[in-house]
Amino acid sequence: MADVGTVKLKRGLAQMLKGGVIMDVTTAEQAKIAEDAGACAVMALERVPADIRAEGGVARMADPLKVKEIMEAVTIPVMAKVRIGHFVEAQVLEALGIDFIDESEVLTPADERYHINKHLFKVPFVCGCRDLGEALRRIGEGAAMIRTKGEAGTGNVVEAVRHMRAVMDGIRQLQATPEEELMTVAKELGAPYELVLETRTLGRLPVVNFSAGGIATPADAALMMQLGADGNFVGSGIFKSKDPAKRARAIVEATTHYNDPDVIARVSEGIGEPMKGLDVRKLAEGELLQTRGW
Amino acid sequence: MHVGVLALQGDVIEHRRVLDALGAHPLEVRTAADLERVDGLIIPGGESTTIGKLMVKYGLDLAVPERARAGMPVYGTCAGMILLARTVRGGEPPLLRLMDITVVRNAYGRQVDSFEADLDVPALGPPPMRAVFIRAPVLEAAGPGVEVLASLDGRPVLVREGHLLASSFHPELVPDDRVHRLFLEMIRASARRGEGLPGSRRE
Repeated sequence: MADVGTVKLKRGLAQMLKGGVIMDVTTAEQAKIAEDAGACAVMALERVPADIRAEGGVARMADPLKVKEIMEAVTIPVMAKVRIGHFVEAQVLEALGIDFIDESEVLTPADERYHINKHLFKVPFVCGCRDLGEALRRIGEGAAMIRTKGEAGTGNVVEAVRHMRAVMDGIRQLQATPEEELMTVAKELGAPYELVLETRTLGRLPVVNFSAGGIATPADAALMMQLGADGNFVGSGIFKSKDPAKRARAIVEATTHYNDPDVIARVSEGIGEPMKGLDVRKLAEGELLQTRGW
Repeated sequence: MHVGVLALQGDVIEHRRVLDALGAHPLEVRTAADLERVDGLIIPGGESTTIGKLMVKYGLDLAVPERARAGMPVYGTCAGMILLARTVRGGEPPLLRLMDITVVRNAYGRQVDSFEADLDVPALGPPPMRAVFIRAPVLEAAGPGVEVLASLDGRPVLVREGHLLASSFHPELVPDDRVHRLFLEMIRASARRGEGLPGSRRE
């Protein structure tokens, strides 16, 4: 009586990724560089967020051929992104045997009202959030892992910090809230009551929560860990930098030893130019990716 | 008794939680200096490639075998089992080579093939354990000195070789602490024999 696709198995894989770095890659060679640098998983993409931002157009799921090449290149888990609400892209990735699906605001949404019913899939999903309510809505839909959104493709950590603080503050406020007020809080958060209650009891999200969207340096990675992240997604920050292999190794070490400034100092030395980065305040409202998701 | 949990990457807090509940004073181990303070070590689930690389970078690929050869008990779950194995197929070569076992990475399949099942462990008695296998390695062969404590569909999934213990599944993910209790008993036995120094003298 073996069971597959259970909540425990889906959340369990995310638990195994904790303390690690998940890196965006667009080719099998990049995937190998990421694995050699100590990535705990890779995200297979057509273009990294910085290029999606620069080139515009509709951003979709990657070519299955590319996804398969990356899956064959490494032994670590491989993730891939689908458009918000595009459950057929998710069916395709599940059929390919992908290990994790990211229903991501970085791609152009396919549905501006509804997300995918993630309970229907055997493969686990990760989804972005900007605050506690959004995190719990996604978990309610079946997400086995959460990542705070940040602002992808900017190399600017400010939004990642804002969203991680928002989630953590939300949890701290819940813990200070008496039980009789929780239904009203759930209504205000727009989140399922049972998950609000569970989060309050646990003192953390019921699933693993990584940081994402703007991490470019080892110090950024350690900052997000100290703010409460279980691990880091690094997108454009690695393969848009001068020396990706070196920077990838440094970010992995800084994520593991996030409480040790001596290590962070050492690994930050002479790793070449980081990606240039963007001032998020200068982006037009329509250029923000983080506002996608409902 | 201080039990170390290798805290380079993986499901460290899950092991810590079980050890805490059993009163075993878990300590996170990230460096060779941390290792000096523990009487036994758990290598958690996670990505064996990631954990292995970080072990090498911080000298733990040498420090752990040195302590283990002096008698310190070590328990590896999933990725931890891969790191303990003498022979590994698929991906990175073996690292610690402490246990006479051959394992194959991800040989149960990818994440969609991950499964949970009831597992009889005669050494622990009834009822069966709920065993959670996540992108688990297959234990393909075990040497004559290796005691098979549990098997599933003819494949060993929980094995012991002297003071070393390994499982391809994750007892830390279920509310059943019997495997952790067994490991703590192994640490106590090692302390009684005066092995596993330098950590064990304090109690």
